[in-house]
Amino acid sequence: MKKPEIAIVGGGPAGLSAALSAVRQGAQVMLIDRDPVLGGQLVKQTHMFFGSKKQYAAIRGIDIPQKLLAALQEEGNGKFDPRVNTTVLGCYDDGVLLLDKEDRAELIQPWKIIIATGAAEKMLPFPGNDLPGVYGAGAVQTLMNVYGIKPGTRVLMIGAGNIGLIVSYQLLQAGVEVTAIIEGAPKIGGYLVHATKVRRAGIPILTSHTIKEAYGCDSVEGAVLCNLDEKWCAVPGTEQSLAVDVICLAVGLTPQTELLWQAGCEQQYLPELGGYVPLRSEKMQTSLSHLFVAGDAACIEEAGSAMVEGKIAGLFAAADLGYAENVEALNETFSRELEELRSGPAGAKIRQGLSRLKGGAQVC
Amino acid sequence: MLEKTGVPDADQIKKITPSPGRLKKGPVAVVECFQSIPCDPCRYACRQEAIKEFKDINDLPVIDHDLCNGCGSCISKCPGLAIFVIDDTYSEKEGLVKLPYEYLPLPRPEEEVIGIDTEGWEVCSARVVKVQNAKVLDRTPVVWLTVPREHLMKVRNFLRKGGA
Repeated sequence: MKKPEIAIVGGGPAGLSAALSAVRQGAQVMLIDRDPVLGGQLVKQTHMFFGSKKQYAAIRGIDIPQKLLAALQEEGNGKFDPRVNTTVLGCYDDGVLLLDKEDRAELIQPWKIIIATGAAEKMLPFPGNDLPGVYGAGAVQTLMNVYGIKPGTRVLMIGAGNIGLIVSYQLLQAGVEVTAIIEGAPKIGGYLVHATKVRRAGIPILTSHTIKEAYGCDSVEGAVLCNLDEKWCAVPGTEQSLAVDVICLAVGLTPQTELLWQAGCEQQYLPELGGYVPLRSEKMQTSLSHLFVAGDAACIEEAGSAMVEGKIAGLFAAADLGYAENVEALNETFSRELEELRSGPAGAKIRQGLSRLKGGAQVC
Repeated sequence: MLEKTGVPDADQIKKITPSPGRLKKGPVAVVECFQSIPCDPCRYACRQEAIKEFKDINDLPVIDHDLCNGCGSCISKCPGLAIFVIDDTYSEKEGLVKLPYEYLPLPRPEEEVIGIDTEGWEVCSARVVKVQNAKVLDRTPVVWLTVPREHLMKVRNFLRKGGA
């Protein structure tokens, strides 16, 4: 059985950053991803990123994996072992990982594991939500931005968080009509600059609105909307029908923590962080000392924070193996970056969630 | 209202509008960023240091319109596409709006288009003067539009005629 020093599950922003951080310390890293290319969700994020220079602000998401991979190739010195098309099926309590590469199984026993599996999209219950034409926003983004396929011709977007707003913008860029963005909450959840961008392109954003049902024979032909009062109850008589062939759900993400559950990590339900999240220390170390976590698998946040969490997890996983040079100074830099990103009003929910997290995770 | 509809209200726009005196002096950037989010590339985009140093990455950008020379380097560097350059001295009747435009196909110089406001409504007819799309803009082209001067703080997008 192979025993890599560090195995990282998930090659998105958190996993790639963790790999680079660990390799820079001198550790040997196997980076495992189920997709054919590394980058995770970055490969479809054609928009410029927010944040600071350190987290590639003003760079397009699609250009970030190449930057990280170039650094990994250059600084890896043969210590970086990427495995694509490889799914981790099991994470056992003895630290063994079960890999599946194109239907061939392999067991490995890394010294340290970093779980950077990202998030899964939430679903919304409504009659007709199983009709063809009801998509998750991630699927729409993959179809358009990775494969160049339009999902349909007229879209109703559900959710005015950053994903709903950005995917609406990208639909417009692809030449698809977006009839409206609806949002159950009384306020737009995403960054307002994204909202103004789609608004000046003529897309109405309807807050305090929800979908009552989707209708259609063999696929979506339309949706019935209604207003919500301040208690999130449907207001009778406010129903309106919209003819659309795509209903796109962007109603939030939840951490993908199955491997952490299987391994036996302690978790806590914190809605502010997206659902069940693993307890972890400020080193991003879970309740099992060989298991670290980073990115959306730890807490639903922006990619910038995921990258910094990755750097921290990679640093401490390597430090635990004896690659302990300059750890304190690096950690101070990374922790400060994370604190800055979370310090404003946009980070209030995250700060609240982290303050309630047991296990001593940092509170900014 | 901005938080409900995505449309900045008149007060917000008034606060970030350059003074009449500054407008008389030529092109100047307007930063339509009204929400504290962790983001600071605009500050580094400005070679005049007109966008003041951030104490905290969550600060709203503060621009010194007297230091700004309207060069427009910041337009394509704002991830929110919230920075525009306006020039009230373009001609007697027309002003110039430089705006980020990430849609294809790009318009051609001299093309007649329809100026659109922050709500997506048609405001006036406008004419494309120039389309900047150099590599340094990194796929955020900047379109220069002439509009009637009274609409300089209104036009923030445009529609191509024939629905393109």
